[in-house]
Amino acid sequence: MSLRKKEALVGLALVLPFLGGFLMFYIIPFGITAFYSFTAGISGMYFAGIRNYVEVFGSHAFQLAAYNTFRFMAAGIPLIMVISLVLSLMLYGRTGHTRAFQSIFLYPMVIPIGSVVMFFQVMFSRYGVANRILYQLGLPEPDWLESGSAFGVLLFLYIWKNCGYNIVLFLTGLNGIPREFLEDARLNGAGKWQYFRYIQCPLLMPSFLFVFVMSVINSFKCFREAYLLGGQYPHESIYMLQHFMNNNFASLNYQRLSVAAILVFFIIFALVILLFSWNYYQEQDMAGMLKKKSLPARRTKIRGGRPAAQPRETMEYREYREYRGMLLNGPDEKIRRTGGGRGQERRRRR
Amino acid sequence: MKILKNGILVLLSILVVLPFLFTVLNAFMGSEEFYEYYGWLNRDEAVYLAFHLFPDKWSFEAFVTVLLSAPDYLMKFWNSLGITTAIAGGQIFVSCLAGYGFSKFRFPGRYPLFVLVILLMMMPYQVTLVSNYIMLDRLGLIGSYGAVILPGIFSSFGVFLMKQVMDGISKEVLEAARLDGAGQLRVLLSVALPISKGGIASLLVLNFIDNWNMVEQPLVFLKDSSMYPLSIFLADSIQESGMEIFACGVLAMLPVLLLFAYFRDELISGISASELK
Repeated sequence: MSLRKKEALVGLALVLPFLGGFLMFYIIPFGITAFYSFTAGISGMYFAGIRNYVEVFGSHAFQLAAYNTFRFMAAGIPLIMVISLVLSLMLYGRTGHTRAFQSIFLYPMVIPIGSVVMFFQVMFSRYGVANRILYQLGLPEPDWLESGSAFGVLLFLYIWKNCGYNIVLFLTGLNGIPREFLEDARLNGAGKWQYFRYIQCPLLMPSFLFVFVMSVINSFKCFREAYLLGGQYPHESIYMLQHFMNNNFASLNYQRLSVAAILVFFIIFALVILLFSWNYYQEQDMAGMLKKKSLPARRTKIRGGRPAAQPRETMEYREYREYRGMLLNGPDEKIRRTGGGRGQERRRRR
Repeated sequence: MKILKNGILVLLSILVVLPFLFTVLNAFMGSEEFYEYYGWLNRDEAVYLAFHLFPDKWSFEAFVTVLLSAPDYLMKFWNSLGITTAIAGGQIFVSCLAGYGFSKFRFPGRYPLFVLVILLMMMPYQVTLVSNYIMLDRLGLIGSYGAVILPGIFSSFGVFLMKQVMDGISKEVLEAARLDGAGQLRVLLSVALPISKGGIASLLVLNFIDNWNMVEQPLVFLKDSSMYPLSIFLADSIQESGMEIFACGVLAMLPVLLLFAYFRDELISGISASELK
């Protein structure tokens, strides 16, 4: 048996236990679900074509749920990304306490929401603490959980719960940017904002992508919070696709649920494809970005003003690869490799 | 500027910790005090609630009630612990193997399969709800703990995380072990797994948190409410909100908090390692 074949066999054997369950509980039944979505009758006896789809699209509940889910993501994801980026920039570069703050911000993720839901009830019920304060200030008091404000409360819960995770991700990205970049930028007279805009931002792109992905996942998980605050039929401003699907499941309306599931699946599928091709494009482009915008001081340092022996792109691209290598293998690897490489180059030039 | 920055951070930290502090401190209220302050909550009388952080008189009444005279609660606690441990154990076993396979071996279909894993990871749970139900129904598992545990074991986040963690192990290390005469299994057990200890710990914590809080699956797959885990019990008892509610909350967060405190550093490094590279 060839070595390659053997490798493939071992690999498959390792993946097999997972794959078995994964196919059995998720993929194959999902195929059945897809089939269901085109049928009618209690056990899917008749072929219905796209009738189910038309019906679901036309239903008010679905439109409301889809709109709310979209609205929640459109408001929540940018908000949480900005807040956690600002917080991680504040935490970045501090000598002490970073870990302590990190764990403080991370802990809401750990706490079961059921444990603290009483706090939010006390704060936001009709005669809760929030309204007491508003009353004393003479401001109008919304019924937080039973009006459009429920959306805001849910948004707050989402950010409260998931900010810490994103901070950890952003800080990892920030710490992956070599310190010399900052010194180089300072030498070239770049201010803090310019450093952020032209060096940190482009180099953080992979983190942005991943934070976005995690934020999408977590925004779906927010259903639990909505469920605990509002039950099966909450105020219509937080009636999500998950409520729609759950309720259709409860009323044994599998076809409608299947249609919704398939639709959500394809929307996310499109999103993933879009994201990953964008990421691929970014990776290709990042080398160029490093060349054009961010590393003026570094370039002069490395080349000493002379035209490089190698084509520019490869040179810059290698640097970028090394930066990525450092992310993978830790800072020592980077220092050793770039240090060695540069030394050799200098020697060769002499 | 620095003071302002620190001030903001400290203020936000307090805001973040407040719900937790509130729950823990209020758990030490006696029943009279509870009804004095929160008796209004479920009635429609126009009396505003006061923000009451520290109990006037400290008492263990609520804890005693929960632990001794309400056996229901403890049963749910053990249900939860059983379900979560089973899922975490199974998931760690399955994902370590698969993560190692995905990361270090080339086999046909590797890439599309992994994309599928990522895709499923991003789906809200409800998308796979019917799928799960169909399969569990055919297997005759509906109404048993297997229905909650089995799909949990094969959920895709663990595989994704372990693959990312194992990607951090350089191929040379494994190659060296192989040259020293270690078999495939040996390399996995004595080289790859010890190196990714931190990642495994963070998978344990993340998985435990997720399943400790599960709401959807038990509601759908378990018929008998005595089998429900704590998370649902908590959600249901909010409606009645007797004085035990705070004590229940505290006891419910205890296992996860302990796990978090113990594995904090591993969790943080595990989350960083999960970043797409």
